[in-house]
Amino acid sequence: MTNIENNVLLKGIKKRFPGVNANDGIDFYAKKGEIVSLLGENGAGKTTLMKILYGLYTKDSGEIYIKGRKVEINSPKDAIDLGIGMVHQHFTLVNPFTVAENIILGLKSNKLIISIETVKEKIKNYMEKYQIYINPDVKIRELSVGEKQKVEILKILFRDIDILILDEPTAVLTPQEVNELFKTLKILKEEGKTIIFISHKLYEVLEISDRIVVLRNGKVSGERDPKRTNKKELATLMVGKEVFDVISLTSSKEKDTVIELKDINALSYRGHVALKNVSFNIKGGEIVGLAGVSGNGQKELEEIISGIKKPFKGKIYFKNIDITNKSPKERINFRIGRIPEDRMELGLILDLSVFENLIVECYDKNNFSNKVFLNYKYILNYSKNLIDEFDIKTPNLFVKTKTLSGGNLQKCILARILSMNPEFVLAAQPTRGLDVGATEFIHRKLLELRDKGRGVLLISEDLDEILNLSDRILVIYNGEIMGEAKRGELSKEQIGLMMTGSKKEELHV
Amino acid sequence: MFNLKYKIVKREKTPSVYFQILLPLISIFISLLISSIFLIIAKINPINAIIGIFIGALGSKFSFFETIVKAIPIILTGTAVAIAFNSRFFNIGAEGQMYAGALGATWCGLLNLSIPKPFYILFAIIIGFLLGGAWATLPAYLKIKFKVDDVVTTLLLNFIMIYIVSAIVYGPWRDPVSNWPQSPNLPENIIFPIIFPKSRVHIGIFISLFSVLFFYILTKKMKLGFELKAVGSSEKASNFLGLNVSKIIIISAMISGGIAGLAGVSEILGLHYHLVDNFSPGYGYTGIVVAMLGRLEPIGVLLSSFFFATIITGSQVMSRVSGVNVYISDVIQGITLLVMLSILLFTEFEIRRFK
Amino acid sequence: MDIKSIMIFLTAILSATIRFATPLVISTIGESFCERAGILNLSIEGTMIFGAFTGFIITFFTRNIFFGLLFSFISGSIIGLIMGLLTITLGRSQHVSGLGMTIFTTGLSFFIYRLIFGSPVNPPTVITLNNFAIPFLSQIPIIGESFFNQSLLTYIAYLLIPITSFIFFKTTFGLNLRAVGENPESADSLGINVYKIRYLSLIIGGSLMGLAGSFFSLVQFNMFQYGIVGGRGWICIALVIFAKWFPFRIFLGAFLFGGIEALQLRLQAIGFFKFPFQIFLTLPYLLTIIILIIVSRNAEYPSSILKPYRRE
Repeated sequence: MTNIENNVLLKGIKKRFPGVNANDGIDFYAKKGEIVSLLGENGAGKTTLMKILYGLYTKDSGEIYIKGRKVEINSPKDAIDLGIGMVHQHFTLVNPFTVAENIILGLKSNKLIISIETVKEKIKNYMEKYQIYINPDVKIRELSVGEKQKVEILKILFRDIDILILDEPTAVLTPQEVNELFKTLKILKEEGKTIIFISHKLYEVLEISDRIVVLRNGKVSGERDPKRTNKKELATLMVGKEVFDVISLTSSKEKDTVIELKDINALSYRGHVALKNVSFNIKGGEIVGLAGVSGNGQKELEEIISGIKKPFKGKIYFKNIDITNKSPKERINFRIGRIPEDRMELGLILDLSVFENLIVECYDKNNFSNKVFLNYKYILNYSKNLIDEFDIKTPNLFVKTKTLSGGNLQKCILARILSMNPEFVLAAQPTRGLDVGATEFIHRKLLELRDKGRGVLLISEDLDEILNLSDRILVIYNGEIMGEAKRGELSKEQIGLMMTGSKKEELHV
Repeated sequence: MFNLKYKIVKREKTPSVYFQILLPLISIFISLLISSIFLIIAKINPINAIIGIFIGALGSKFSFFETIVKAIPIILTGTAVAIAFNSRFFNIGAEGQMYAGALGATWCGLLNLSIPKPFYILFAIIIGFLLGGAWATLPAYLKIKFKVDDVVTTLLLNFIMIYIVSAIVYGPWRDPVSNWPQSPNLPENIIFPIIFPKSRVHIGIFISLFSVLFFYILTKKMKLGFELKAVGSSEKASNFLGLNVSKIIIISAMISGGIAGLAGVSEILGLHYHLVDNFSPGYGYTGIVVAMLGRLEPIGVLLSSFFFATIITGSQVMSRVSGVNVYISDVIQGITLLVMLSILLFTEFEIRRFK
Repeated sequence: MDIKSIMIFLTAILSATIRFATPLVISTIGESFCERAGILNLSIEGTMIFGAFTGFIITFFTRNIFFGLLFSFISGSIIGLIMGLLTITLGRSQHVSGLGMTIFTTGLSFFIYRLIFGSPVNPPTVITLNNFAIPFLSQIPIIGESFFNQSLLTYIAYLLIPITSFIFFKTTFGLNLRAVGENPESADSLGINVYKIRYLSLIIGGSLMGLAGSFFSLVQFNMFQYGIVGGRGWICIALVIFAKWFPFRIFLGAFLFGGIEALQLRLQAIGFFKFPFQIFLTLPYLLTIIILIIVSRNAEYPSSILKPYRRE
């Protein structure tokens, strides 16, 4: 396999992070003049693999061959020197600079004095060649997201690379921009460059690739020729067969609507529309699972329900009360519980002690304090009960919360919220990175809520978790709800298809 | 054996209490060491100088009392700064807030009310507190509303208030009798009584100690103290968890400025008995050094205040006796601040050996 | 009042304005180097005082004013180096480091001065920098006399503006410096040495601040005394924001502040003020705060300012 046709050859790549085998012996190759797509869910290992290739991570074991030569890649500089370039999901552009300035930044060939005119000439040549058109004098902050990506690509091409890695490039592009990108990729392919295209969008992958490699749970689960496969097969390779533990749920005693979203439209922090006309409701006594690959609007949805972001259009109701403009504190008082995805920066104040984090949402309520003073006796007693009930492993109540392990951190958040007897709980990625024991504990607690007649919205990348726990499943893709299904109504592959761009109506049910 | 390499690595556990106490002591030692270098260059025997400073400040009954007199405003500004810094409102304006408080106390005195002394003093304390608090609330508001850097605004407001006071003592409140740029002497029934006869120690010391006590109760027992700590640790999480971050920062500023204002009240009514230009040799800034050295804790602030009061008094005594002039205390303050700042690195990171 | 006396008055005011603006220009340009690289350098006041002191003392003992200027420049660069140690290598808070350096260098200046000279009734003085007129240009009515009959430091200030502009926008160093200030992670990943550039910015900035300080002891006054810098370093902090970190705008802002000072002094001399003049001394600071309010809302601070850079 070490023939000269391969620009890239990865053999037996292994990479472990604490608790998870990100890459478990992966063999991968990519030829000259070829577009290879890397397909997989979050956590499948595709970004990890590419970051190893680009020198942002170091592999635990395995070999890398570039153009037939064995190499070690320890930093992005090594990768760039070997002719590898990567366009990340988060751009590395300097906002107040012009396009031209960004392109030449850091080039070894830069002389003492910059001659912008010469640079612009060279840029224009590249633009012609690769059909990427952008005004070199415009400042980055005035560009649309799609245009910024063009600059990122130009920047890489300027450095004469042969192997181009694109990490979910179409996530932020309009259909028109996607077409332009594909035109450029085809030109690059004709030139003999290698393109590795990371994505979870099936119809795009089928359109542009010469070959598709699917990763699942850190291993290669299959390799296909796009001309000889279809979406269904790919989806199955991505999410696996229908073997999972069905927790038999008691039939849900559905009560009234607790949360309702109507036509929610919102922008991401990057400025593009992250949520498009999202409407759904959640009733008491049910768990609604929101399935989808990360980055399709879940974060913005979480922020809107939590109260730290406002939609630019649309409303959100709690038991028929309009809470669109209500503050986090007001929502807490309404007994809306929020388990945020970002445990460390939002869910907890890590420098405070454990008991302080347990009561931080209710310290101002009756028994916890009077007008001026905290009632420590009550607070400490209350906290101790929580620690026992939720089995939070901590030497005592007073240590700083940051000393706790991941599972116990999450238990703190859970304990805090559940102790306030919420009517509705938003659980965003609640078991990410946790061990089996902690995961089962949290699942149990969520089911208890449901059985008590409360409403739960579970946002998760883990499709198995969603299938296990939900009474109803919603699928989000590109900021839109692709469809809704009752428990058991759709197969895992069908949901996988929705997660990758198919609307429910398009599925052959 | 020489293959050992050192690496600076983020600490995993928070340092123990002993370590926390050790740090300021090490800072003091290192800064005295560095200051000694300057003394040696100046051909002064550093050991004599430093010992002389301490003996000068604490050696006799009189100088000991003088040290306490100096400590009074420093404890107050130190407490003020520590409270503000705890909630990440960087109040560099304690100096100006002190002058604002002094202005308030003087105004009260010039009203010449005939009320019993305790009430008159209480009145002045309240006015001084309010004015100092207001002078700190302005930059806090600007920070919240317009995102203006609080360090720069609190600093600039120092100059403005000092000039305002200057203008007032040269102008409308100028003593008509002596015609010097100071206010007329304030009435007897507003002057702070002296505690120890034959010294200058006045009841301001009680105000100072009370502030430290309040600081202690605030942080350890009060709902507000908890809120200040939360906001100071993470504004982002505090906002998510429902705390009203803006309100809390404003309250922090009001209290901080108010306590700094009390320093001004105390200096005017307890020491000078009239308002005068430039009555402070920089106590507001000393408060910053004190707060940092005291690790933003009540007991730390109290001890650091006495330490710096000792240095200031001692260097004043020494300046009359030997070649060491008063500015050595500023040098020591500056170096201590920088050393303490640098050493605090070790609460976050540690040096680990690895082969 | 006839035309001639108006012209004389105008010339005098303009001349004074330029004089007072000079240290502000030099110092603010120094600060703009630091801030464009992402460091808020609050040691500016202390550096200017130390520069004033160094300039004075070297001139006093060597009887050569140019050595004085040189050493004030060098002393500033040393302070910049120490600031770099604190904020870059140790990664400590830029706010506290700057303040600490100001307290330290100010104290040190007065300590050494007192040590050498004591507190004499008549403080020692030095020769000052003379003005010299630039031929041709200084013949222009009003403008010529006021702009082109100044001291060396003023001409240095004039030159600094186009030179700094050129460095920032036309050289690779300037491009890299600005990139470091906006997005150090990107710059680092492109092979730019973030630490080196920040150190350089502090050293350049510090030297200019030191030089600016020498204006007070060697041009405006001929001695070193408490209060000669008088808080102008803090005004520079606001000036740099007002100027949006552009050299030419720095000149305009400095001109404005210089003008206020010149006018205020003249009016004070005439006895124009019934009210104590100190109130008018608050004007620069008030104006600074107002500027900060207006500008901070849309201020595009170099994005990485105040954050020490650490590679993950």
